[in-house]
Amino acid sequence: MNSIQATVNKILTYSCVDGPGNRLVIFLQGCNFSCVTCHNPYTVGLCNHCGDCIPACHANALELIDGQIAFDPSACDQCDACLDICPISASPMVQNISVADILEIARKNKPFLSGITVSGGEATLQLKFVITLFEAIKADSELKSLTCFVDTNGHLGAQSWGRLLPVTDGVMLDIKAFDPALHHGLTGQNNAKTLKAAKTVRDADKLYELRFLVIPGKTDTEAEIDGLTKFALSLGPDIRVRLNAFQHHGVRAEAQGWETMTKTGIDKIAAHLRKAGIPEVITPAFYL
Amino acid sequence: MQEIIEKLQNITDDKTLNPAQKARYLSIEAENMLPYPALDAQTAEALKQRVICDMYEGHAPYKPRYVLPDYSIVLKNGSAYLELPPPETLDEAINTLMIAYHHVPSVTGIPVYIGQLDDLLLPFCDGVSDDALYRKIKLFWRYLDRVLPDAFMHANIGPTDNRVARAILRVDAELKQIAPNLTFLYDPKISSEDILAMATNNIVECSKPHIANHPLHAKLFDDRGYGIVSCYNVLPIAGGASTLTRVNLKEVALRADSVVHFFAEVLPHYMELNFRLAKVRVDYLFNKSNFFTSFLVEEGWIDPDRFTVMYGIYAMAEAVNILQEKEGLAGQYGFDDVANKLGYRMSEEMARIVKNRPLENVWRGRAMLHSQAGISIDEGATPGVRIPYGTEPDPVSHVQALAPHHQYYSSGISEILTVDETIKNNPEAMLQLCKGALESGFREFTANVASNDLVRVTGYMVRLSDIAKFKACKGSRTNTTALASEAADGTGILDRKPRVVGHELYPSYGQ
Ligand code: SF4
Ligand code: SF4
Repeated sequence: MNSIQATVNKILTYSCVDGPGNRLVIFLQGCNFSCVTCHNPYTVGLCNHCGDCIPACHANALELIDGQIAFDPSACDQCDACLDICPISASPMVQNISVADILEIARKNKPFLSGITVSGGEATLQLKFVITLFEAIKADSELKSLTCFVDTNGHLGAQSWGRLLPVTDGVMLDIKAFDPALHHGLTGQNNAKTLKAAKTVRDADKLYELRFLVIPGKTDTEAEIDGLTKFALSLGPDIRVRLNAFQHHGVRAEAQGWETMTKTGIDKIAAHLRKAGIPEVITPAFYL
Repeated sequence: MQEIIEKLQNITDDKTLNPAQKARYLSIEAENMLPYPALDAQTAEALKQRVICDMYEGHAPYKPRYVLPDYSIVLKNGSAYLELPPPETLDEAINTLMIAYHHVPSVTGIPVYIGQLDDLLLPFCDGVSDDALYRKIKLFWRYLDRVLPDAFMHANIGPTDNRVARAILRVDAELKQIAPNLTFLYDPKISSEDILAMATNNIVECSKPHIANHPLHAKLFDDRGYGIVSCYNVLPIAGGASTLTRVNLKEVALRADSVVHFFAEVLPHYMELNFRLAKVRVDYLFNKSNFFTSFLVEEGWIDPDRFTVMYGIYAMAEAVNILQEKEGLAGQYGFDDVANKLGYRMSEEMARIVKNRPLENVWRGRAMLHSQAGISIDEGATPGVRIPYGTEPDPVSHVQALAPHHQYYSSGISEILTVDETIKNNPEAMLQLCKGALESGFREFTANVASNDLVRVTGYMVRLSDIAKFKACKGSRTNTTALASEAADGTGILDRKPRVVGHELYPSYGQ
């Protein structure tokens, strides 16, 4: 089973923004939302080996071998030109990595790690891999103290949650918007599944935090903040909410024209949430 | 003569120095008018070319570089010389220490070691409430920063979890002063997880304390123990270091044709010259200066047999990259396996040479290897074995690249891990990083949070707002990321002469 592979965009051995403590973060490739505001859009698509990115690479790190894109990491200087040119928000630099490979990386970095987080893209699109990985960590005498977290948009059915939650220690759930039409406009999907998922995860006592991206004029409205407050409180008295501020860094052209979220704006919303009785509201450590 | 008079006048008339700072620089100029202790021609030439360096300690070593008194002696016996009775209460104990500090010499004239404060003060804490203890420590801390304003003055606490250590951590995070520098000695078998978390939370707050790997240090010393002093120098208590001389590995590498030549001839040659430089300085201190007739020896605060020589090395990053280039290899220090291994080999070889070279009037007859963090005038030379500022990889890769060096540097080695400010929302990550570093063999864990006002440069603290104010007056750049590295070269803060400085960094006037 540990030979099962995932399409991985990136692996970090140091991250303090993907759950409690320092975490090994696996960014899986592919997403079922197409958020206008995505700050790493090149994790969204899956490569169809069209070859369009090859001429964009000044370092000759890319070629087509037997109709498949081949990437040479030793030649690449991370200029990201290939990401910019790809018509479907994919990346030619993804790697196929097995559960066994990840266990090996975790072992090498174990003293530094509080846990492991799968993120994306949308991690749950590669559900079988995630479950196998978490099961393997929990079965490993050396690694079982690492907590296993998922960072997700929650767009996953009840049955799948039923398989994922027993091997998961914590879930960070992104809610993009409460108004269904606004949510659809921002992501191309409905939010019903996500809202339901929040309750499912909460009932299993695995909801680490709700995340909400505040975009001026869109999700900072009274109606949205009200929706967030009511929803968070409906989940229970000790919910933790992380507010993220919309910034231009990394986002695609369409959202570049949108106004960015300021510290003053975020602080005001955070104060409102706290006053309404949400005990833990986390705000960004800095603004770009 | 005219030149000397002008130089002295520049000091006496300087706008930015206070009278005490002027007196200190004048005394340094006077000392340096004396002839240097006799050196053989080769050593003198290497010193002149600064392949080896005496840290500008002065021409007549009339006091050891670092003195670590055993303060428990004065707290137990009082002092006949200072006409002090043994203290009986916490107030009296703190007062006795405050007096004692003024009689402890060092290279800068300000004590670099103010004691293992929890061990020293705990016996006086019975019947003192937590609140009273906190208030007394707070006054003590304020006194230290205002009266002994040197970022190299260093307090130690730990490894036990105790009331004094907790009060000190609380006060230190609250006041965010530059002085004193602070180290928590951590031993996973003795320290509680809770107090380690308190210490690492403090790092997130104010980039202090350092966390020392107590089991690794303790086993190299005897029952009287060791202290962490100045930046992060590890030395015997009731003793210290007579001198610190250092080898600029970059200069050594420039004089080698190849890796083979470097290890076979050039490195051993300059290392021997650096031993000779240390030896003449130790000889002067022991045989000429009359330092050890002090009451400190008579009353048992220090023991002349417990003074080591710190054998410093620096600019390893440059040395490795130069040799890599000579071998036609592209890999850079800190990032490439082959380059890193060349660095480990240097450390291992230098430790071997130091271990095999006897020295007289030195604790246990041998010097102690030290990864030296630099002074203000170092240019194009990265401190110790560090990865050049601004190019460091993420903190985990950073630790993994440098951990194998740490076993060799018995009198101290420290890397500064710069952590971005997102960690403020997740201090548990700092705790985990610290544990990981110590478990990987780091002798010392030191981290800066990028957005903190109080940050470490070579091992001492500066206030970024001080530097920013200084820069604002000059109307120069605003790029905050450049600030810390600008501060690192020292010149930025020199002109302004803040009230609290690191005197060791500026060994003489005009530097
Ligand atoms: S990464 Fe994009 S452009 Fe490159 S081959 Fe794949 S789909 Fe085509
Ligand atoms: S990121 Fe790497 S592979 Fe992509 S274009 Fe740049 S050099 Fe080529």
